[in-house]
Amino acid sequence: MAEVLVLAEHTHGGEVKKVTVELLTAARRLGEPSVVWAGPGAEAGRERLAEFGAARVYVADSADFSDYVVAPVAGLLAQLVGKKAPAAVLVAGTAEGKEIAGRLAVKTGSGVLTDAVDVTAADDGAPLAEHANFGGAITAHARATAGTPIIAVRPNAIAAAPAAADAEIVPVEFAASDAAKAARITERVIAEKGERPDLTEAQIVVSGGRGTGSADGFKIIEEFADSLGAAVGASRAVTDAGWYPHQFQVGQTGKTVSPQLYMAVGISGAIQHRAGMQTSKTIIAINKDPEAPIFEIADYAIVGDLFEVVPPLIEEVGKRK
Amino acid sequence: MNIVVCVKQVPDTAVERTLRQGDGTLDRETPDGLINELDEYAIEEGLKIAEAHGGEVTILSMGPGKAAESVRKALSMGADKAVHVLDDALAGSDALATSLVLAEALKQTGFDLVILGSESTDARTGVLPAMLAERLGVPQLTLASKVDIDGGAVTVRRVTDDGYAVVTGSLPAVVSVVEKINEPRYPSFKGIMAAKKKPVQTLTLAELGVAADAAGLAGSATTVADFAARPPRAAGVVVKDEGDGGAKVAAFLAERKFI
Repeated sequence: MAEVLVLAEHTHGGEVKKVTVELLTAARRLGEPSVVWAGPGAEAGRERLAEFGAARVYVADSADFSDYVVAPVAGLLAQLVGKKAPAAVLVAGTAEGKEIAGRLAVKTGSGVLTDAVDVTAADDGAPLAEHANFGGAITAHARATAGTPIIAVRPNAIAAAPAAADAEIVPVEFAASDAAKAARITERVIAEKGERPDLTEAQIVVSGGRGTGSADGFKIIEEFADSLGAAVGASRAVTDAGWYPHQFQVGQTGKTVSPQLYMAVGISGAIQHRAGMQTSKTIIAINKDPEAPIFEIADYAIVGDLFEVVPPLIEEVGKRK
Repeated sequence: MNIVVCVKQVPDTAVERTLRQGDGTLDRETPDGLINELDEYAIEEGLKIAEAHGGEVTILSMGPGKAAESVRKALSMGADKAVHVLDDALAGSDALATSLVLAEALKQTGFDLVILGSESTDARTGVLPAMLAERLGVPQLTLASKVDIDGGAVTVRRVTDDGYAVVTGSLPAVVSVVEKINEPRYPSFKGIMAAKKKPVQTLTLAELGVAADAAGLAGSATTVADFAARPPRAAGVVVKDEGDGGAKVAAFLAERKFI
């Protein structure tokens, strides 16, 4: 069976990111998954990779992967593509994952398909990437017509399913080229994150909009999200006004999320916002304005003042937990 | 300093966008074309760097004749001149083909700093800045929320999933910027008038030394197999809050097993 390379997203300690097991699930539809592990921690992460069907784990441990921007990882993948001639390469569709995919595509003369929400094998066995274009208004399938298909898959879009395999560790010799060491990382600053799940990986996202009225008013969104163990998102009106940090913006120019449940609170649902969330599985909206466009895509909606609806809702959620 | 800002004209995101029957490429003719929003931040950053360190800002755009409007707008913001890669054979270029054409154009214009938005609002691939850095063999200083130039060194604050990284490289380099890195200026009346006289050089693929079949649909490494409008979400239940809205949402959440 053809090999399919899956680039692991992991911490230095070996914790495997959720998107990686989603990629493994997709890779199994195309062939036999081999994980590519750049950096330390592979032994610690191995068990989880085995659980989701990794036949082997190519491990290259070098400080270059964390000291330089993406180019060394792309170099490692290009080396493995050259040696193993895989049927496809799957990477996480994060900003950084897409950059790696882009460099790899140039290095190998390959078609790159980004932001796939699903991956399947076409009738001829070739990988087919499904895209939710223009914020989900159009569903398209695309394929690579040259080189090795490189697919960046949107986190949280594919449901991970376990399937046991060996995850045999295979050490790989790799030396980053001088050209790959042109952009050096001199410092990393981790923002205060707290206990909330990542916005793009969360099962539930609670987002607040203009209706929250102020930075102070937005706190109710955080409180509500915490009652559900959800991630917090914000509409552009909120981040533009400075009520909540920009990195939490959901929408056309912000993050694209696809959680099991999306709760839009005080958000009118302009096209800019819908483009970032309308592929969510279930959508609940709370808004004062009965004409708000968000109601057109909501599975369940309450017309009402969020400051009257949400506090008893938080209380009710607390009671039922 | 020779600063080149890559600008893409994209369909207005506030209107409905479609793919074309036949080849599944983006319909760029019907909707109004605007400068890709993130590219406006790139233009502003280029202008600011030129103002602070001296130099000239060149706008580089690839696109159909209509893209000339966006090129002119970029000039009216204050850029000095522009290069418009215009060729019928460009239609349908994917990211890989686009990066090839832009890299060849950049070799012709020469550059110390290439600045571009980190992604476009139409295709949203987010791969182009990295592809250009790879093709040009220069430092990739991308996803920048802050750019500092110190002599021949460029240092950026690179936005990461959990915060930021400080990344440094030497000129020449490729920089991509994220939203909110700055506040893009509006063209002044004087700027709009001046833009009419600024030089715009049009280059064809032949003039760039790129074979016609290395760009456009022919030169692309991806193809759209099929597409369809997503069925509209079934209309849900809309309830007016009568003081029991919170309880009703909770009941819905419980019914769907979210709580």
